[in-house]
Amino acid sequence: MSGQSDKLFSQTLQHVGLTFISLTLAIAVGLPLGILIARKRKLSGMVLGVAGILQTIPSIALLGFMIPVLGIGAKPAIVALLIYALLPIIRNTYTGIIGIDLHVKEAARAMGMSKRQVLLKVELPLAMPVILAGIRTATVINVGVATLASFIAAGGLGEFIFGGISLNNTNMILGGAIPAALLAIVLDALLSLVQKMDVRKLRKVLYIFPVVILALGAFYALPSAYGSTLTAGFTPEFMGRQDGDLGLKSTYGLKIHTIVISDAVMYKAAYAKELDVISGYSTDGRLKAFDLRILKDDKNIFPPYFAAPIVRNEALKQFPELEKTLNLLSGKITDSVMTDLNYRTDYLHQQPEQVAKDFLISRGLYKTSKNGNRGTVRIGSKIFGEQYILAEIYSMLIKGYTDYNVSTKTGLGGTKICFDALVNNQIDFYPEYTGTGLLVLLQPDPLIAKEMAHDKEKTYRYVSAEFEKRFKIKWLKPIGFNNSYALMMRRKQSTALNVNTITDLKNYLDKN
Amino acid sequence: MIELKEISKKFGNTQAVKQVSFNVASGETLVLLGTSGCGKTTTLKIINRLIEPDAGQILINGENVTDQDSDVLRKGIGYVMQNIGLFPHYTIAENIALVPKLLKWDKAKIISRTQELIEKLRLPESTLAMYPHELSGGQQQRVGLARALIADPPVLLMDEPFGALDNLTRTSIQKEFKALEELRRKTIVMVTHDVLEAFELADRICLLDKGEVVQIGTPKELLFQPINDIAKNFLAGQRLVLEFKVVNIQDIWCYLPEEIIYKGKSENAGLSIWEAMELLRKKDRDELFVSDASNTVKSVNFGQLTTAFNQYRNAQQHE
Repeated sequence: MSGQSDKLFSQTLQHVGLTFISLTLAIAVGLPLGILIARKRKLSGMVLGVAGILQTIPSIALLGFMIPVLGIGAKPAIVALLIYALLPIIRNTYTGIIGIDLHVKEAARAMGMSKRQVLLKVELPLAMPVILAGIRTATVINVGVATLASFIAAGGLGEFIFGGISLNNTNMILGGAIPAALLAIVLDALLSLVQKMDVRKLRKVLYIFPVVILALGAFYALPSAYGSTLTAGFTPEFMGRQDGDLGLKSTYGLKIHTIVISDAVMYKAAYAKELDVISGYSTDGRLKAFDLRILKDDKNIFPPYFAAPIVRNEALKQFPELEKTLNLLSGKITDSVMTDLNYRTDYLHQQPEQVAKDFLISRGLYKTSKNGNRGTVRIGSKIFGEQYILAEIYSMLIKGYTDYNVSTKTGLGGTKICFDALVNNQIDFYPEYTGTGLLVLLQPDPLIAKEMAHDKEKTYRYVSAEFEKRFKIKWLKPIGFNNSYALMMRRKQSTALNVNTITDLKNYLDKN
Repeated sequence: MIELKEISKKFGNTQAVKQVSFNVASGETLVLLGTSGCGKTTTLKIINRLIEPDAGQILINGENVTDQDSDVLRKGIGYVMQNIGLFPHYTIAENIALVPKLLKWDKAKIISRTQELIEKLRLPESTLAMYPHELSGGQQQRVGLARALIADPPVLLMDEPFGALDNLTRTSIQKEFKALEELRRKTIVMVTHDVLEAFELADRICLLDKGEVVQIGTPKELLFQPINDIAKNFLAGQRLVLEFKVVNIQDIWCYLPEEIIYKGKSENAGLSIWEAMELLRKKDRDELFVSDASNTVKSVNFGQLTTAFNQYRNAQQHE
């Protein structure tokens, strides 16, 4: 962690900057809008309605919508934060102004103040406590939502939080979460001080306020392309793994401008030419969908790993037929089959249930549900397509072959969340990959890891034994396909630059 | 000084003001009197264009106000309102200095004029640094008056200026108001629904009903020559008190006993019947000596006063 302190500091600054740039813009947009609808009340319903609807869009979805329009990085993050900050600012400006004693406004007009003077000397000062309350709410919202900015490569403390979740590193999660929480508390407290000031002091503070906001906003140097001509987008998990960015640096000596981005938007960003190189999974359906090409791993840093269900021993005892049923799938899904199944959900947008059913029928494995009631097996899955499909397949198998009922808890954020759910008896099993089990969950001595990493059978035996010993969790038989990390580029670009292997990529970057 | 010509104003389907016309002479106090919703406040606000009329003309000193910039116009017209409307975020000093600051007076002039006014209005100097909520209702209303008077506007518009005060405070402020020489020079249009207040302060009263002028005249004319039933009924409830207040000794002079020779201290015949009765009651004596303009003196007791008043009243009604 100590080596990370520089990074923590810069990410905190980025976080503050991101929060305040968007806050400044939100004030610049929200305040005049609030004033406008206080003047023209007929518009208020519409404006507040639209701002309210924008507020309800889930943040991840909003960030996703932004990519085709604004790309990735700072711009969409700032716009998304701006949108979330807008409602409290507009609403409080409006409420503050219309709440002013009508007689005071009338007196102001009657004394011969112009509309502008009434606004600046009477309405805004009197509405200020309410407006500040709105800004305060918006600030706290922004500090929170800004953690999600790391999903689209905008930096901030979210990089630590989501990296930690992917890498099963609690310290890293706390390293992001604690500063973020402190930031929210401190900013909230500071603004509440401003809000409670008496009128006279407030007037002075109001001159300083915009300066402070702008200065804080300036912390956020917009991430600009530097050094290399190509930009890589890696997931937080990839960034921290030996068979990931660390290996790329040590084995290949790859130096590329890298931004951290969520798996969910990474492929799309590559397709939209926001990114040139991404870290994907070899079986991912989007590979086919977005016409991406895997760069050959000519120095073998991405070893292939098995995928297999991991089950709590207790669950195996509780559901005696479970192991036999799950093993029905063993060896049935090859690499190309998995890629095809992924392609169907990711690109053809078929439902995972449908894809799972079609697959089982084609293999003659499908049986209609027995609607059993001898207990409920809880299936988990991580938050990407392949895991959804596998969860559905297992669900159908259990329902068709046993008298158990099934509940699925799909979309558990990342490896850590899924695994913690399993250890803490919230789910009974989920599909996991031996490489992840080794490097993320067990985190053995690097030497052992290195020795083992290139032999998938050896890895499987090692994780099976260690999981049994440490967690009382059993690795069932491998499903068949190998999943591994891979570096990918757009096929066209790869051809144009004549980059076919990772070494080609390194050479290209060194030359340009 | 102020001239309204056929002013009309509609709010939606309601005709708030209908062809109202009147003149206010320089230095005169005209009271707009009527029930709530009769259009009196609307009429007042039309004068300084807080409300723009649909039709008609307003002339101040012969100039059409609609030709002037409304903000400039308002800086030249004092305005006092029932809810006072002091700025809660300004100190009393800042509230009073509002208009001079807009007019860009220099500081020294603002300070000396503020001092002068708070003395006249009997506001303690310590209040200047306070905020409005720290003052009593009566003090706030004085501040409101100071704010309206500070730039010494020739015209003063007052919208129920004493309406928010309790009875006791109202009576005392009304008295001070009447005695304030600063106000005697002003042309004042005041709105009230309080008949007694109207009779107390008005030179002339303009009685309004449903947006229309019913009658314009001196308090005495309204009392003794009501133009129709509306005018008559409006005053019916407080008729006797009003008559006592409006009629003075001079009016009933010829109905009083013969003159006497008396060299001592006497009261002026401008005294109202009401005031004469108060003196008779307060001083606990049987007779009051009054002298008219030609220094003839008469002595009256309570009985003689009421008899003479009744005779005068009968004569008025038979006219």
